[in-house]
Amino acid sequence: MVFSGTGLPGGRIGAAALAAVVMAMVMAVVAAGCGGGSPADPDRGRDAKSLTLTITRNAIAGGKNAEEAEWITRTVIPGFVAAQKAKGVTAKVTFRGQGVADEAYKTRLALDLKSRSGADIVDIDGIWVGEFAQAGYIRPLGDVVGPPADAWDGWTAIPASIQRQASFEGRRYGVPPSTDGRVLYFNRRLFARAGLPAAWQPRSWQDVLAAARALKRLPGVTPVQLDAGTAMGEATSMQGVLPLLAGAGAEIYSGGKWTGGGQALQQVLGLYAQIYGPEGLGDPKLQQEAKGRDKSFEEFAAGRIGILAEGDYLWRDVLNPKSGVARMRTRDQDVGYALIPAVAPGRGVRGQSFVSMSGGAVTVLNPNTKYPQQAFALLAYMNSAEMTRARTAGTPEITSRTDVNKQILAGDPFLTFVSEKALPVTSYRPGLAVYPRVSTALQEATAAVVSGTSPQDAAARYSEKLEGIVGGAANVAAR
Amino acid sequence: MAPPTSPRADVAAEPARSGADDAAGLGRARAAAFVAPALVLVAVFLVFPALWTLYLGTTDYRLTGVAASEPRFVGTANYRDVLGDGDFHRSLWLTAQFVIGSAVLGQTLLGFAVAWVMRDRPGPVRRLVEGLVLLAWILPSSVIAFLWIALLDRDGGTLNALLGTPGTAWLLDHPMGCVIVFNVWHGTAFSMMLYGAALGNVPPSHLETAALAGASTLQTLRDVVYPRVRGHVLTSLLLVGLWTFNDFTPFLITAGGPDGRSEIMSVYVYRTALGDGRLGAGAAVSLIMILINLAIALVYLRALRARRAAPAGAS
Repeated sequence: MVFSGTGLPGGRIGAAALAAVVMAMVMAVVAAGCGGGSPADPDRGRDAKSLTLTITRNAIAGGKNAEEAEWITRTVIPGFVAAQKAKGVTAKVTFRGQGVADEAYKTRLALDLKSRSGADIVDIDGIWVGEFAQAGYIRPLGDVVGPPADAWDGWTAIPASIQRQASFEGRRYGVPPSTDGRVLYFNRRLFARAGLPAAWQPRSWQDVLAAARALKRLPGVTPVQLDAGTAMGEATSMQGVLPLLAGAGAEIYSGGKWTGGGQALQQVLGLYAQIYGPEGLGDPKLQQEAKGRDKSFEEFAAGRIGILAEGDYLWRDVLNPKSGVARMRTRDQDVGYALIPAVAPGRGVRGQSFVSMSGGAVTVLNPNTKYPQQAFALLAYMNSAEMTRARTAGTPEITSRTDVNKQILAGDPFLTFVSEKALPVTSYRPGLAVYPRVSTALQEATAAVVSGTSPQDAAARYSEKLEGIVGGAANVAAR
Repeated sequence: MAPPTSPRADVAAEPARSGADDAAGLGRARAAAFVAPALVLVAVFLVFPALWTLYLGTTDYRLTGVAASEPRFVGTANYRDVLGDGDFHRSLWLTAQFVIGSAVLGQTLLGFAVAWVMRDRPGPVRRLVEGLVLLAWILPSSVIAFLWIALLDRDGGTLNALLGTPGTAWLLDHPMGCVIVFNVWHGTAFSMMLYGAALGNVPPSHLETAALAGASTLQTLRDVVYPRVRGHVLTSLLLVGLWTFNDFTPFLITAGGPDGRSEIMSVYVYRTALGDGRLGAGAAVSLIMILINLAIALVYLRALRARRAAPAGAS
């Protein structure tokens, strides 16, 4: 094809024409890649007799969040396809599962959406909503779908605080399927050997350190795993810095200002220094390994870690004796759980003695979907009471729907504990686009402390970085 | 449509001007038409992306957030940030270690050594060794990265089992060492094959003469072999050096960690552009990488020219 132009009698013209054609193609590709799009018609493809939809999320059969992957492929898709068939529509729905670290998933997703491709129905972390929305990768449901989005009957079952998880600047971008909370897990068997109580509930950070010192006497046991460093990514913030910061009386963002490296953060980093310092209460190398978090799960399941700060995800999807990634046959007997204490009673945020952090995923629609109405119908179907019950049938979790929670949590002491004890004292991350960068700065501060920097120096460096991220010292409060 | 003109007419019209340097008898237009596709491809896939990178490097373009939809022009801010970034200096230094350790010293020396030792070995031995070395080269990077992670793992890694050193975290304690040894293992085959062919250029009579004169191995290598394979050494150093400089495989093993202690340049670009989402800054680093590559290639071209000039001057 390339040579055909030069074979023409008029060589000059042929070459020029070929060059022009190629350049025109290039410009077209470039224009398609860079050009902005106007809000598309929400009713496009509404009357299609045959359609294809794709669902993606960080879940995969036999791996990460396997139950969710199975729920989509075995329950949601057949049910939706059958319902469409009843209307005379041939629907082909595929699930594109992934099982990678959250950061890698986010990068892949951002690139997909940036190139106006990717799945029609996408799961993202609630804290990504702001930055994805600002980038134009996702749009408010009301814009993508039109009036049916606000008319959905499911909204009445989802509390406003959980809907905020899926909102940015007051507009809903998707449906949050569930929420979660963070607690301290401990291995009762190790606690018994160290002479610690089976019904342990620390009331201060000193209590946690005291238990860790007792556990330190057991050979081959890492007393505490408190996620740190950048390799753990958001887990470091969510399971480490942020709940501790709340316990030291400060939230990362409040009153319009970000929390700098003041007394509260120095206390938090001080705890890191005590755990990963000379006493050896934690394993600093685990915080640096590329797959450190997965390894911490394995070690906890194998009874080599005494105390672990994690979300209820650990109980449901990691240690779960039936479907976890690091199954623990004796989970129900051997794993204890306790609320995360404030630095001292009454010294936590809002004067609390115990704290937690909550977040959760949001299921959004790709604004470039060819079938917005059908995609929303599928999204609504996935989050109907019936499908939510089906999703949590094998492993109950705290769903976003109060009607479903009433039925499923009653029989589960752990989730009842999280929903009744941890959620009332929980905090949320700010839904601001700049948050993920602040989070990275926090992770870097913990990494510095774990590798020997003093908490004061790490906090000072964090403050400096924070001011650069959030646009100057005026947006930072020392606290 | 242009008026039909035959090739002959072209030539006849300007016999004096184009006849001398137009050996193919094509005429300027036709010659231009022949190279046009190649030039267009170069423009589309090389010049345009390079200019685009140059442009992106002057914006605050990000993967997500406001700056993803409306990037702003920031001038040379990205370049200043990057050049003043301690992580960038560290990655430069680590890349230098990586290239010198694994490409220059490791692959080139080891490749030559294998080729030299194997040059007069019997067929089966030689084929076996070369086959094994080649195998390390042709296996997909993702596969061998996985094998090396299993080899070096802290708990239950093969190396720890062999050495009886359970719990030694090789990838955490010596990340650059691991990555360099890995790359030597991975890439030696190319140098080996190149030098294997080059040694075939050394006339056996020269080697025999040297042996009769009582030259030691070192003297033989220096005075008989080296002058014959110098060009190959240059080529090998350039190619292997450039490949190693741009190599991304170490990311598959250490992910640049722990705490950036194996974050060579390519990994630094990846982390900046896609990990942190700073596409503008990533483009700036990429351009700096292109410049470094060009500098290496220029040094090579100069050395090659000097080599060509030298024998002419000597004779």
